Amino acid sequence: MTQSNRIGRAQVDFTKTLKFSFDGKSYAGHPGDTLASALLANGVRLMGRSFKYHRPRGPLSAGSEEPNALVELRSGARQEPNTRATTAELFDGLFAKSQNRLGSLKFDLLSINDRFANFLTAGFYYKTFMWPAAFWEKLYEPIIRKAAGLGSLSLKDDPDVYDKGFLHCDLLIIGAGPAGLSAALTAGRAGADVILADEDFRMGGRLNSETFAIGDASGADWAATAVAELASLPNVRLMKRTTVIGAFDHGIYGAVERVSDHMHTPDAGKPRQVLWRIYTKHTVLAAGAIERPIAFENNDRPGIMLASALRTYANRFAVAADRRVAIFTNNDDGHRTAADLHARGVKIAAVVDVRPNAPSSMDYEVLHGQVVDTKGRLGLTFAEVKLADGSMRTLDCGALGLSGGWNPNVHLTCHQRGRPTWNADLAAFVPGADLPAGMTVAGAAQGDLSTAGALSGGAKAARQALGLKGRMATLSEAEDAPVNITPFWYVEGCSRAWLDQQNDVTVKDVKLSHQEGFRSVEHLKRYTTLGMATDQGKTSNMGGLAIMAELAGKTIPEVGTTIFRPPYTPTAIGVFAGRHREQEFHPKRLTPSHKWAEEQGAVFVEVGNWLRAQWFPLPGETTWRASVDREVLATRKSVGVCDVTTLGKVDVQGTDAAAFLNKIYCNGFAKLAVGKTRYGLMLREDGIAMDDGTAARLAEDHFVVTTTTANALPVYRHMEFVRQCLCPDMDVQLISTTEAWAQYAVAGPNSRKLLEKIVDQDISNDAFPFMACTNITICGGLRARLFRISFSGELAYEIAVPTAYGDALMRKIIEVGAEFDVTPYGTEALGVMRIEKGHAAGNELNGTTTAQNLGMGRMISKLKDSIGKTLSQREGLNADGDLRQVGIKPVDPGDPVPAGAHLMNADGPIDAAHDQGYVTSACYSPNLGHAIALGFLKNGSERLGERMQLVSPLTKVHVDVEITSAHFIDPEGERLRA
Amino acid sequence: MIIDHPLLGPRDSAEFTYMGDARLIDRPDPDAGTAAQDFYEYGYLRDNPAGWHDELWFHEAGDRSWLVITRNTLTHEISKVQLARDVARSRGRSK
Repeated sequence: MTQSNRIGRAQVDFTKTLKFSFDGKSYAGHPGDTLASALLANGVRLMGRSFKYHRPRGPLSAGSEEPNALVELRSGARQEPNTRATTAELFDGLFAKSQNRLGSLKFDLLSINDRFANFLTAGFYYKTFMWPAAFWEKLYEPIIRKAAGLGSLSLKDDPDVYDKGFLHCDLLIIGAGPAGLSAALTAGRAGADVILADEDFRMGGRLNSETFAIGDASGADWAATAVAELASLPNVRLMKRTTVIGAFDHGIYGAVERVSDHMHTPDAGKPRQVLWRIYTKHTVLAAGAIERPIAFENNDRPGIMLASALRTYANRFAVAADRRVAIFTNNDDGHRTAADLHARGVKIAAVVDVRPNAPSSMDYEVLHGQVVDTKGRLGLTFAEVKLADGSMRTLDCGALGLSGGWNPNVHLTCHQRGRPTWNADLAAFVPGADLPAGMTVAGAAQGDLSTAGALSGGAKAARQALGLKGRMATLSEAEDAPVNITPFWYVEGCSRAWLDQQNDVTVKDVKLSHQEGFRSVEHLKRYTTLGMATDQGKTSNMGGLAIMAELAGKTIPEVGTTIFRPPYTPTAIGVFAGRHREQEFHPKRLTPSHKWAEEQGAVFVEVGNWLRAQWFPLPGETTWRASVDREVLATRKSVGVCDVTTLGKVDVQGTDAAAFLNKIYCNGFAKLAVGKTRYGLMLREDGIAMDDGTAARLAEDHFVVTTTTANALPVYRHMEFVRQCLCPDMDVQLISTTEAWAQYAVAGPNSRKLLEKIVDQDISNDAFPFMACTNITICGGLRARLFRISFSGELAYEIAVPTAYGDALMRKIIEVGAEFDVTPYGTEALGVMRIEKGHAAGNELNGTTTAQNLGMGRMISKLKDSIGKTLSQREGLNADGDLRQVGIKPVDPGDPVPAGAHLMNADGPIDAAHDQGYVTSACYSPNLGHAIALGFLKNGSERLGERMQLVSPLTKVHVDVEITSAHFIDPEGERLRA
Repeated sequence: MIIDHPLLGPRDSAEFTYMGDARLIDRPDPDAGTAAQDFYEYGYLRDNPAGWHDELWFHEAGDRSWLVITRNTLTHEISKVQLARDVARSRGRSK
């Protein structure tokens, strides 16, 4: 087939030919074509099958409102389902397939659904697949999913890159039709920073589709000249192929630029699409209008389309959808299509007008009547017309243009709760008064449907937005026809007449929904799915509303519209993700000695975006437990080293630093001596434990506070809140130094001996006792900090150096520690040792526990105010029998004590009502040779030695346990002080 | 949204963290006889107005200022932005 339907010249470059394929067949088109225009040029009207009934479908429109002509574009990983053929720009080598069919497009086996249409009406899922419930997931849904739905995914990673960008301007103009171009010329010539965005690949809007003249030039030529002038202005940014998808708060607009969608593959280094965030002071919405169809029996056959689309295909693409065309209209605009097509030599079978006073023509027949039915299995062949006098006529035609009037494109005016208002002259909704701040609407979007109205409306809107004074420039003369319409939505008595072709919703469905009591427009939408497809009902919602209004005996404005929400057109998830995918989805934070840990073969775990070494497997160790047990035993026997850089660090300085810590910690800090460190427990204002850590006093007015890894940010935010909002006059400054210092725990009986080899000062037990802290130097002069604190329960230190020296320090520790068999240990061994020692951590400070629960109730100082103190004294948090932290061990050393399991009385029933407590942290203790756990138990501190049942019905655990002290190792703390 | 920071000028709201009602500044006197009731009200009883609302925002990806922002919860219009520290002082908070 060789483009048999090309008619004359247009805005398509016939000097170049593009090859493309559709359903395996090769065709030719030209630059400037869309996939739909090129297929129509080649005589292909059938482009897809419908969603539910698998009816043959062709394009309804020539733009982004398209419900029908959805194809799978490209192949392999770039395959993209549900692409509108009407907007897909043709490129050489384009590969497309029809979708939603079983077998070939012409012989879709699932078209049998059409025969069962009586059963597949509105609410069909709800009514049919009620029972048995188990069948839904296993039987009904898989079958329905296979039969319904649209295109398929490649299931491969998208190989292309998507980007995000930010733009600022004085005036954003949305839509480059006559109104938008006029606004842009006015604002651009006045020197304003202008962005002109249009979803099409050719600016000009309807001017490219019409034969109107503006002054001495054709509309399309006028548009091209205007675009050329705008392109020459440095203050104007032209953004074609850019859809403004949403109007957000404070003049922020989202826009998707399809940078490379019109190419086979993106150019090297170029993204496929860019999501722009546009910050603008003012906006002119010049989004135009969308024509609506008329519903009648079998109005969905390929070849039946909007009259304006037929005009676009003819005037812009030099394509006749067929050589014999009929028109069905309720307004003057439909007659334009007949005139334009006639001028291009297309035979007009007739113009059918519902109005008795329709304009007549010398060139073709105008009939007063209605199209009541059509014929043609895979494409329109005949239209049946019922004339006003009751007689019937059969029109021989392969294309039928429908014109039911125009709907101003109010979508973006409603993104900030705005509601459109009804305009009876246009029989359409127009923008309401409550527009997004800074927005003006112009042209057809405002209801000014004439070219002259659009040109002057655009210019006025730009002048108003920018506050331009002086005489308005004279505009060229242009078409200024009044709108002459008689509202007409559907043909009386029709039933299988499609309103929403994408979701297969018919007039009958809307009537049924009304009959079953769905009277709100939002209910109608959800019950019938009218307007819920990817086109969001751009061509169908109004018809549904009109029928609903008629059935309910209301007016259309009384029924109202559903709410318009972003995005305006379907938007790829990829462009929302931008570069934030896979490893870039969220940042990974690496400690200074990460590379060293990698060299040791460490297994890493993610903690608050940090990668921490979890354990360091040695050759021959086949399980993680083998590595962890070894690390624990070696540390307790001699010395181990662990990277603790990730703990949050906050530097607190100022004459009120101690008073500030007194405020944020429930325990006292005012009397802490310089050179000493203290454990601190931070409460939320409601008395629940928030975080814990240590504060080291390096000077009278200088503390270093540590937080847990995961809470570093929230704790810092909280500290700033207390400082700025509660204690604004305290002389205290905070800064997060988490990333400024690399810090290592050196733990075990030989830790002092190891550190003495690198620390320049005396750190003997007398000179540097338990809980001491100080500034030191190491290795002959490098500044460092030393803290004698212990999480493991051993003689232990934490040593900190500036980040740049972290890697070197770790290597040095390993080097000088060789004689003590120093062992690096990871977070698992760290966890085992803290459970053995009975230290609370994140599992215990879980957002529900109080200081009392943690056994630290007496730490809350009565002598001073602190955050959380007052509410921690509440009766409900201090009741008899409250949870207390305890240790738990199995009676049979072979049994597990898993975290999450619940404690029940030894002789009591096992149910939630008799729950006694639960396990928070559990591990295998290589020192004790059995599992141990920490947990909370009602009245726990009074129940040491009690035998209980530990149950986890989900994991089928049921063991006998004994309640013990949480301090499994060295309860007297002799090792710490050694 | 765009927040007109008193020190830094207009900044995108994505740089901020939200905390809610700015009455959190008015922490009750812990030594008052009614402290228990006062703190209960302070901690748990908040208005949730459909309309103008003074609320706390933290410039987390910026200068770490806490701000008091007067925002209309229906329209997201922002009428006033102040440093929380100034607001706290004006309401009598000190050390």
